[in-house]
Amino acid sequence: MLEKITNLLVEKLDVDAAKVTENATFSEDLGIDSLDLFDLVMSFEEEFGIEIPAEDLEGLKTVGDMVNYLNGKGVNA
Amino acid sequence: MKTRVTELLGIEYPIIQGGMAWVAEYHLAAAVSNAGGFGIIGAASAPADIVREQIKECKKLTDKPFGVNVMLMNDNADEVAKIVIEEGVKAVTTGAGNPSKYIGAWKEAGVKVMPVVASVAMAKMMERAGADCVVAEGMESGGHIGSITTMCLLPQVVDAVSIPVIGAGGIADGRGFAAATMLGAEAVQMGTAFLVAKENIVHANFRNKVIGAKDIDSVITGTSTGHPVRSIRNRMTKEYLKLESEGVELMELEKLTLGSLRRAVVEGDDKTGTLMAGQIAGLIKEERTCKEIIETIMNEANGLLRG
Repeated sequence: MLEKITNLLVEKLDVDAAKVTENATFSEDLGIDSLDLFDLVMSFEEEFGIEIPAEDLEGLKTVGDMVNYLNGKGVNA
Repeated sequence: MKTRVTELLGIEYPIIQGGMAWVAEYHLAAAVSNAGGFGIIGAASAPADIVREQIKECKKLTDKPFGVNVMLMNDNADEVAKIVIEEGVKAVTTGAGNPSKYIGAWKEAGVKVMPVVASVAMAKMMERAGADCVVAEGMESGGHIGSITTMCLLPQVVDAVSIPVIGAGGIADGRGFAAATMLGAEAVQMGTAFLVAKENIVHANFRNKVIGAKDIDSVITGTSTGHPVRSIRNRMTKEYLKLESEGVELMELEKLTLGSLRRAVVEGDDKTGTLMAGQIAGLIKEERTCKEIIETIMNEANGLLRG
């Protein structure tokens, strides 16, 4: 899962792959602002065939949050 | 002019007044609503009981519908979100973030939800979360801004969602209104155009700066902080941009802007205050009443759109 997310971050936003760890925050550590995050979430939806309601975004601060969230949604990657 | 937005809000003209902090208090909101537009009280960072007071005062001045703008980054957001329900406010616009956690309660109470969006993905997410319409606001606007222009953002948002879209940023006359309509907007939101409305409480010094502003007098500060703000250039913006280019600590920059909007609007400090205004300030030449502003725009736009 982490690998898949890392690949998407690198592909979509040119994030430095070495910086993508479970503890990395989207905003401070990876420099992803709120508009990027909306876009990113849409990419995840497309990639994994799920729906991520806007309300759930508040709980997704770190890469690890996203990993757990996607696991909870039953995403297999 | 009838659109899905005028139907949704129960207003005569598809003109929404921006929820500008300090500027958009109840006198302005009531005057815009009385003129057939949709007035908005900007809750900004005001204490919640002040916001409730503003709503009550607005009701005394108008029996037309009006709204409240909720700034989601501010500490008062939870309380203001409740107050608009308790006071039966017709609609909310939201700024600086993701309002989805409030949308369920607002919809249940019949409050119409109009998030300000600065990207297509955000507009789509807001539609899915239950928004009644979205305000697509370009970076020509004053105050806190995104990075896409109205000309480019508006048609892309219109294509991406099926709820009505309100165009904002750079609109202050009938030509701008007609252009936004051509791009697919079903209403416009204007802030700068109402900055010099006779009914508002903005200090004369600030008004004079807006009226005197030329096309090139608008600058963006704070890009490096991730929260860019557009205002009319003055001593403050010059100092800010100098420090920003030197890469000083955020704290140093914040010293310049702490309380600076209030200083500009309330005290008329046009030197160290932040004169938040859009790029279209250069087009604004005189003080008028809200009724004159709205009717002039509608007459001009109707002529252009019929032609």
